[in-house]
Amino acid sequence: MNKRVLVIGGGIGGVQAGLDLAGMGIKVTLVEEKPNIGGRMAQLDKTFPTNDCSTCILSPKLLELASSPDVDIYTCASVEGIVKTEDGFVARIKKRARFVDEKKCTACGLCAQKCPVKVPDPFNKNITMSKCIRIPYAQAVPAVYMIDREHCLRLLEGKCGVCEKVCPAGAIDYEQQDEIKELSVGAVIVATGAEEFTPRIRPEYGYGIYENVVTSIEYERFLSASGPTNGHIVRPSDQKEPKRVAFIQCVGSRDVASGELGYCSSFCCMQATKDAVVTCEHGPNIRSTIFYIDIRAYGKDFDRFVDRAKTEHGVEYKRSRISGIIESPDTKNLVVRYITPDGALKDEEFDLVVLSVGLRMPDGLGGLLEGIGVKLDAYGFCRSGAFSPGDTGVDGVYVCGTVTGPMDIPETVVSASAAASLAARGLVSPDREPLGKAADRKEPDTSGSPIAVGVVVCRCGTNIASVVDVPSVVEYAASIPNVTFSEELLYACSQDSIRHIINKIREHGLNRVVVASCSPRTHEALFQKGLEQAGLNKYLLQMTNIRDQCSWVHRDTPDRATEKAKELVRMAVGKARHLTPLHERYSDVKKDCLVIGGGLAGMMAALDVADNGFVVHLIEQESFLGGNLLKIKSLLTGEDVASAVERIVKRVLEHPKIELFLNTDIAGIEGYVGNFTTKLLTGDRETSVEHGAVIVATGAREHVTESYGYRTDPYVVTGREFETILEKKNPLLKYVKRIAMIQCVDSREGERNYCSRVCCSQAVKNILRLKERYPEKTVYVLYRDMRTYGLREPYYTAARETGALFLRYDASRKPVVEKIEQGSFIIDVFDKILQETVRLPVQLLVLGVGIDPLDTNDRVAKMLKVPLTQDGFFSEAHVKLRPVDFSTEGVFVCGMAHGPKHTDESIAQALAAAARALTILTRDRIRSQAYSASVDEALCTGCGTCAEVCAYGAIEIDKEKARVNELLCKGCGTCTAACFSGAIDLSGFTNKQIVKEFEELFI
Amino acid sequence: MEQKEGSMDKENRAFEPKIIAFLCNWCTYAGADLAGVSRIQYPSNIRIIRLMCSGALDPTYVIKSLLEGADGVLIGGCHPGDCHYISGNFKARRRVAVLKTSLKEAGLEPERVWLRWISASEGAYFAKTVEEMVLHLKRLGPNPLNSMWAI
Repeated sequence: MNKRVLVIGGGIGGVQAGLDLAGMGIKVTLVEEKPNIGGRMAQLDKTFPTNDCSTCILSPKLLELASSPDVDIYTCASVEGIVKTEDGFVARIKKRARFVDEKKCTACGLCAQKCPVKVPDPFNKNITMSKCIRIPYAQAVPAVYMIDREHCLRLLEGKCGVCEKVCPAGAIDYEQQDEIKELSVGAVIVATGAEEFTPRIRPEYGYGIYENVVTSIEYERFLSASGPTNGHIVRPSDQKEPKRVAFIQCVGSRDVASGELGYCSSFCCMQATKDAVVTCEHGPNIRSTIFYIDIRAYGKDFDRFVDRAKTEHGVEYKRSRISGIIESPDTKNLVVRYITPDGALKDEEFDLVVLSVGLRMPDGLGGLLEGIGVKLDAYGFCRSGAFSPGDTGVDGVYVCGTVTGPMDIPETVVSASAAASLAARGLVSPDREPLGKAADRKEPDTSGSPIAVGVVVCRCGTNIASVVDVPSVVEYAASIPNVTFSEELLYACSQDSIRHIINKIREHGLNRVVVASCSPRTHEALFQKGLEQAGLNKYLLQMTNIRDQCSWVHRDTPDRATEKAKELVRMAVGKARHLTPLHERYSDVKKDCLVIGGGLAGMMAALDVADNGFVVHLIEQESFLGGNLLKIKSLLTGEDVASAVERIVKRVLEHPKIELFLNTDIAGIEGYVGNFTTKLLTGDRETSVEHGAVIVATGAREHVTESYGYRTDPYVVTGREFETILEKKNPLLKYVKRIAMIQCVDSREGERNYCSRVCCSQAVKNILRLKERYPEKTVYVLYRDMRTYGLREPYYTAARETGALFLRYDASRKPVVEKIEQGSFIIDVFDKILQETVRLPVQLLVLGVGIDPLDTNDRVAKMLKVPLTQDGFFSEAHVKLRPVDFSTEGVFVCGMAHGPKHTDESIAQALAAAARALTILTRDRIRSQAYSASVDEALCTGCGTCAEVCAYGAIEIDKEKARVNELLCKGCGTCTAACFSGAIDLSGFTNKQIVKEFEELFI
Repeated sequence: MEQKEGSMDKENRAFEPKIIAFLCNWCTYAGADLAGVSRIQYPSNIRIIRLMCSGALDPTYVIKSLLEGADGVLIGGCHPGDCHYISGNFKARRRVAVLKTSLKEAGLEPERVWLRWISASEGAYFAKTVEEMVLHLKRLGPNPLNSMWAI
């Protein structure tokens, strides 16, 4: 079996899949069409609902992928064809010429500065101009320039050639040719994403006609601090700050009239909310208004975010589909014409209009996929069955992200991890090569010898040397005590320079090295490797940044820049004198996995880990498997649940690698990543299991309401109960002629201020099933927002077409139910359109009650040292990019324990949690960070302050002394600053090292 | 010892304050790098020390810097909610708040100590912060401890 996986697409989905596969020890080739990876997420300013900076959270993932030895990244490349072979696939990859040598380019940017050809910048959605040779954005990975072959004078007409002349690294290569490569792989993951809808084809919105109408993605670029306007919001027409900004929702989505885009794009409601909040934050005088149909804030903490947007930021929400936008020619302001809730036509003027454009499938992907037998749906999405997310129906080909349908970032990340776990089957092995042979290597003991610091000052071509007087810095360095060697290098980072440094270390017996060049964030690892090759511990390196933080920013004051560079070198030497060798620590990994919860998510996670060859201990409190799924009859998409559950339970029971514990409770969990011991209680019998990872899949339960007379009248039922009534053809259905479904019962307000995500789809499903059999029955749906997001939307449309009546109510004016007698009710509901209260006589009330977290979550959370949300669900490490991880390593979450979700979403999350757990289980040993806190027991008073401030639970107080678990410590140093007695220190950043670093300034 | 607002005499205009910056590795240090990559110019009065997290800032670093003669201390961390280490920046915020109160008690000038949240994408904001801080310190004059010790 070929053990390489091809990932097509380098957006966040492809990146996550690549990271997970590499984490499991599988080789990956990632192919990206654009010159850099990161996809659309790199273009976003912030992310909802936390308003985290998008680039900041994305960049570390990109760098991690790029630096992985198991991952080959092809940028400017596309997959031209895939052919099935005996043991996998052969892919034809076309790599387009960059005309810049990826190995030589140092991203100094001189070429772009001197390039005479200006072209619209595609990364900034063509809002600003860029050069013909460019890098998309500052943090792009890989950091390599590219020549735009459509505009380059040298390539087109043989003229110019300036970039080649100025490139100090000799990286420009006009002769570079497109290449075709054939690659054999064991599996393929398609993560090609979707594209934004182009509103040009809907002229009523005025996009492309009126200057001040922009799309949401263009607006993201305006908001971005590194965007075309440096984060200032301005109108394209006059560069003035707008005072009134309108966001128009569902542009190109939920558009039944055009047929093709009948789905909901899922994320735009929240994106608009986020952008509106950020807009309001830009100035107290800017007003944001969102025109919407339904606010689909169905995710974790989304409703609270919308509430805050309204109350704290004054964002206005207007429920209306707008009929058109007209520009006032003199002011270039825009008049939005819309229908108010009471049916009146109103015009309102805005300075800027943002169109929330939805997603659609690009043309042309079909050819590649259909070529290997993958089928696409009517919209062009590659949709999987609800019980097999990520599956394409073709063995060995899996999908994730928006190519499967519209979804937001965390769902993309989940689906990517899920696809990774599917692709990994048969490729991972429990006996993987041990990690960290380097740690066993003997380094010479330098502790006794006198400190000998070598200082290397980089010219970085002219990047540093044109401003900083490098020779004088070198001369100055030689005069600093303990410096026994100093010199300058043209490019310290080039291969021959590294070799040169290695020789000098040996020749001069250096035991500390200071490199004065660029940022340690990008280059430290490279120089560290050099030290290692010279036989020196790599942590005896100290870098100081005289380029990014000196020559580049003090261009006009070269003398002062030189002075600063000298001081920075002295400071670095000051710290270097006190550097000590550091070592990563290793601990063995126990190969079993513990899965808590035998519902759908738990079973799927257990099966996935077990299918990959690892033993799973599956714990279930009840005497049976299946959880909530046993009470569901069919899915919205039509799948029969009972047969699916039966199939899954059977597989679990028969799986040789799954050890099942029914009627079992957890008495206690101890340990840390790779090394947990859990005590189980089955009746009176206590057992203990050892395992390397934990998956929490404890589930949730249906909310028990007391509203609307539930439990006092058999004619008041929940949505789930109604499903059973329908399925069993309960005689009650004969009597009932008129049915009311009341949505959001006890939800989205007060203490349960969250959306349960499934109830709207459940109502739609029930309507479709009911009307199929009893088309004559009257159904009223009383709702606040219909949240049939994504590809569920067409079912909502179908439900409306059955004649069911949808009436919206406000949380402040809930429907009032008057019970006439058992099985006879009158509902008073205020109708916004009629502006009056409507009286509905019905015989059956169906309540959309939503989902509650389990009361036992608190106990499990405490045992695992993981947090819960305000609502009582488990709280993941990061809402966007670590959706199934906890900040406690080795512990993962999936299914409704994490929050309410649909069947397919639970399964995707289960597979994702399994993939994440496999990245640990497939290792023999886990490596800790070299930077770790350590305690001087002589000084420690055992007060416990350090343990309190540690966000990772890495410190415990044992016999009145603090003890750091180096495998859990992340090396932030927060504990060191909190310690009252100076007993705890962070290696690599000790108090002494830092104090000595800045003291040098005052000598 | 107090410098009156707006009374920038000739001596002060020539005065170049010395600023020590303690920046977290993930956000503000990266923001300073971005200012460089974007070639945004700012005064060269700042000397940056890289910490892994603003939460690792021991208040004694600030006190010691001021006692040694730094004219200003800048502490930079991730925006609330963005901390690479979950909540280190909140701890920094609390510590700096307490520190500023105690500096005042001790007769040192808390306005010489700035705490700013600057993300990895806010190169321009980093440059602007340095510019503002230099201006502010020029107005404030040299660290009085410098001349006091000189006696």
